[in-house]
Amino acid sequence: MTVTQTEFRTALLDGAQPTPEGLRNADGRAAGRRFDVYRNNVAVSLTEALETGFPVIRKLLGEENFKGITGIYLRQSPPESPVMMYYGASFPDFLRGFEPLKHIGYLGDVAALEMALRRSYHAADAEAAGGDVLARVPPEQLEQVRLQFAPSVEVLSSPWPIHDIWRFNMVDGADKPRAEAQDVLVTRPEFDPELHLMPTGGGAFVTALMAGAPLGQAAAQATTIAPDFDLGGCLALLLTGHAITTATT
Amino acid sequence: MFDETSRFPDLPNAPGVGYKPQHFQNIMDDAGVVGWLEIHAENYMGAGGRPLAQLRHLAERFPVSVHGVGLSIGGEGALDAEHLKRLKHLVDWLNPTVFSEHLAWSSHENAFLNDLLPLPYTNDTLTRVADHIDQLQEVIGRQMMLENPSSYLAFAESTWAEPDFLREVARRTGCGLLLDVNNVFVSATNLTYDPRDYIAAYPLDLVGEIHLGGHDEDTDDHGAPLLIDSHGKPVVDPVWALLDHTLALSGPRPILIEWDNDVPDWPELESEAARAAAALAKVPA
Repeated sequence: MTVTQTEFRTALLDGAQPTPEGLRNADGRAAGRRFDVYRNNVAVSLTEALETGFPVIRKLLGEENFKGITGIYLRQSPPESPVMMYYGASFPDFLRGFEPLKHIGYLGDVAALEMALRRSYHAADAEAAGGDVLARVPPEQLEQVRLQFAPSVEVLSSPWPIHDIWRFNMVDGADKPRAEAQDVLVTRPEFDPELHLMPTGGGAFVTALMAGAPLGQAAAQATTIAPDFDLGGCLALLLTGHAITTATT
Repeated sequence: MFDETSRFPDLPNAPGVGYKPQHFQNIMDDAGVVGWLEIHAENYMGAGGRPLAQLRHLAERFPVSVHGVGLSIGGEGALDAEHLKRLKHLVDWLNPTVFSEHLAWSSHENAFLNDLLPLPYTNDTLTRVADHIDQLQEVIGRQMMLENPSSYLAFAESTWAEPDFLREVARRTGCGLLLDVNNVFVSATNLTYDPRDYIAAYPLDLVGEIHLGGHDEDTDDHGAPLLIDSHGKPVVDPVWALLDHTLALSGPRPILIEWDNDVPDWPELESEAARAAAALAKVPA
């Protein structure tokens, strides 16, 4: 009486399935609860990985709801790789599409921010350019400059105040979220990712730069979104956050 | 078959601990009796950042054992080629003293289940496990050690006793063995045999490392004891006694304290390591 790994896996992820028949206890009787040890190990370890990875979503939903929702997610989307530090990459989209939570529109974007912070933490190290990297470019060439970014830099644009929501749930004494769209930048000066609120248009600006657009073109794109786009403030944020590795003309 | 000449690059016959990032500063300041460290390979497969920077510092000071928890050596399907590459990259970068993995499976049909799942001990399983170990040893260019699992149930189809199965895998592949004494105690209780019989049948000459950890106690549907390997508590006295019994037969070995859940402050973990040092001190070299 053989037990295939397909059979084992199916019963593992679905508590309604019977325990495979070829599994026994010491005196040859059906394994029964003994199989539940494995069911429990899988569910608990994956739930814990999601709790660690999405602390703000857990606070927003509350402990019970979070466990219920991750219980559905982990069965639908178990990890595809043993590198658990990246587990949950599809959780933001799962939340966006999960009908009972449709009324909380910002959950998916907040989860995407938590995932971005995790990617940043594990991203490759990079040597940042000096704070004067742009000052050394001849003024007439500034518009043509292309910037290269550290792998730990992440940028997100959201119609929701994701910066404020994150801080309100993670930082003692943080202000209540404002009702506004927010663009955020994640930088990692050394080992700890830092979250920054960017001026309006900043998301489009950094996204264009990261895609290889020259500085002048990226600034023009930001200006179409925000006519009073704060170019100087945005560049200062990138330089002090050690986000830029090189500038090429 | 792995080249026998490079067998057991040396971990010291001293206590080691499973490394947890919250203990980094304690270990760098004063590691006490702890002479080496073990890491879970999969926690160091990011591209950079603090985990790898800390590991680099630790590896300058301590022998490091890399313990894989995700290769799924007993999987019915082929080994994950991407994961083999990641293991090779880590081993090449870190050059650890030893590498070990589990007699278990954890991935199937593109799902990684994050647990060490049990195998039937049959000739088919033996062939598959040996092929996978050959493949891994080829890729990383060194010998690995294979760890005995903790069992909660048995397979009706099994035809091999576990110690014989492990001995045969080692004979076919040239791999070493990692003996988890707590797992022996847990499995022996759950499957009702004498753990000393298991140790007597085990090829102790192939053991390059011993694991110890805490377990939880539960009962099955019929009220029989069901021990669960949780790594969340101190090692219990009967497991320390089984360690003494084992060391008396095997001679001194590197001994690891595994504490992965509800991780204590450094002094409590170090005191478990001190108990392992005391057990080693009783053994003639």
